[in-house]
Amino acid sequence: MQVKLTVNGERRSDDVEPRLLLVHYLREVCGLRAANIGCDTTSCGACTVLLDGESVKSCTVLAAQASGRDVVTAEGLAPDGELHPVQQAFRAEHGLQCGFCTPGMVMAAVGLLRENPSPTEQQVREGLEGNLCRCTGYHNIVRAVLAAAEGSGGRPPWPAPRASQPTARPR
Amino acid sequence: MIPAPFDYVAAGSAAEAIDLLARHGDDAKVLAGGHSLLPMMKLRLAAPAVLVDIARAAGLAGISVDGDELVIGATTRHADLVSSALVRADAPLLAHAASLVGDPQIRHRGTIGGSLAHADPAADLPMALVALGGSVELAGQAGTRRVRADDFFAGFFETALADGELLTAVRVPRRPGVPWGYQKFVRRANDWAIVGAAAIDGRIALANMGPVPLRARAAEQALAAGASAAEAAELAADGTSPGEDIHADGEFRQHLARVLTRRALEHLS
Repeated sequence: MQVKLTVNGERRSDDVEPRLLLVHYLREVCGLRAANIGCDTTSCGACTVLLDGESVKSCTVLAAQASGRDVVTAEGLAPDGELHPVQQAFRAEHGLQCGFCTPGMVMAAVGLLRENPSPTEQQVREGLEGNLCRCTGYHNIVRAVLAAAEGSGGRPPWPAPRASQPTARPR
Repeated sequence: MIPAPFDYVAAGSAAEAIDLLARHGDDAKVLAGGHSLLPMMKLRLAAPAVLVDIARAAGLAGISVDGDELVIGATTRHADLVSSALVRADAPLLAHAASLVGDPQIRHRGTIGGSLAHADPAADLPMALVALGGSVELAGQAGTRRVRADDFFAGFFETALADGELLTAVRVPRRPGVPWGYQKFVRRANDWAIVGAAAIDGRIALANMGPVPLRARAAEQALAAGASAAEAAELAADGTSPGEDIHADGEFRQHLARVLTRRALEHLS
């Protein structure tokens, strides 16, 4: 079947199997490897991407379900090589250890800050409950998200460069 | 993990979805957010030949008022329930229950209709709908019927949905300002309830105490007869025979039902 969607600002049209998962579409068809396949069971959040501006776990979304929509991966946060404010904060606060969960954590954090630009520490922890860090590096991750929120002065660190504005959800 | 192959059809309306279900019969499954169905398909616990995607079907999402009820479209997502001013005002128990489903990413995809039709007895929304005394609208080729939550859940992951029927909407009585209690016992973030209890207006529902979300009727009757919350809660597990799994045995679940019911009745919002 044909899917037409926007990935990191680029309009795409691809012929895919209906059963193709969005994470496989992104990694294997688009060649975008930031979204990792961790648990593959909607638990760990390593595959988190933004779908119409909201965080989703791309291992539990069909590429077909994303057709007509706007997808942003971690690559789309820094298309010109300049790190997104949330990425900068993860670096500055050492919000990663092995790095496997990081792309998902960053995307979940960007999604969280879009919905709540000035979260409390508790809200950050609850907002990231869908993302697991097996290094258990949560303290610095939370610190990074709070720093990104502070750095943005209460405005969401968004829009990302070149990423198209989220489209209205078709109802 | 990759699901078995299937054909994918996007329905533009509820009527089109019902036609597709009639045409494909048992081979078809309805897809909305996919957060119950896709994990089962990836594990090959389900292998439907056709998926009928209703996520973008016209008229199936959204929240409105109809007299003394809220009408919630089947494809309304958990995140929409949490953020809806209407739901927060008129059915805050439901907004709270939705906020406890999974995690933010899951709440961005999962829908109320999907959760109810999936009918996991440990899930939040089935228990909430039973506690609220809500109902569901089921549409098929013969027309639309309304089924009360108490009658909708028929067995373990089984509902009153007949072949070819589509759950199109959920109705919840509006109760602005009515105190409610909600307790969910879990050991891990974003998990299903090991046991749950929800109470409002003299009704008490329990999650994961049997094959379906149950009413704690003995406790409800005691409350109606003037018993205290603590006295009524002692009866919360009466008549239940909960199962045993890695999280809890039946006896511990009954203990949890009593404790959580007391907390739900005493810690009202």
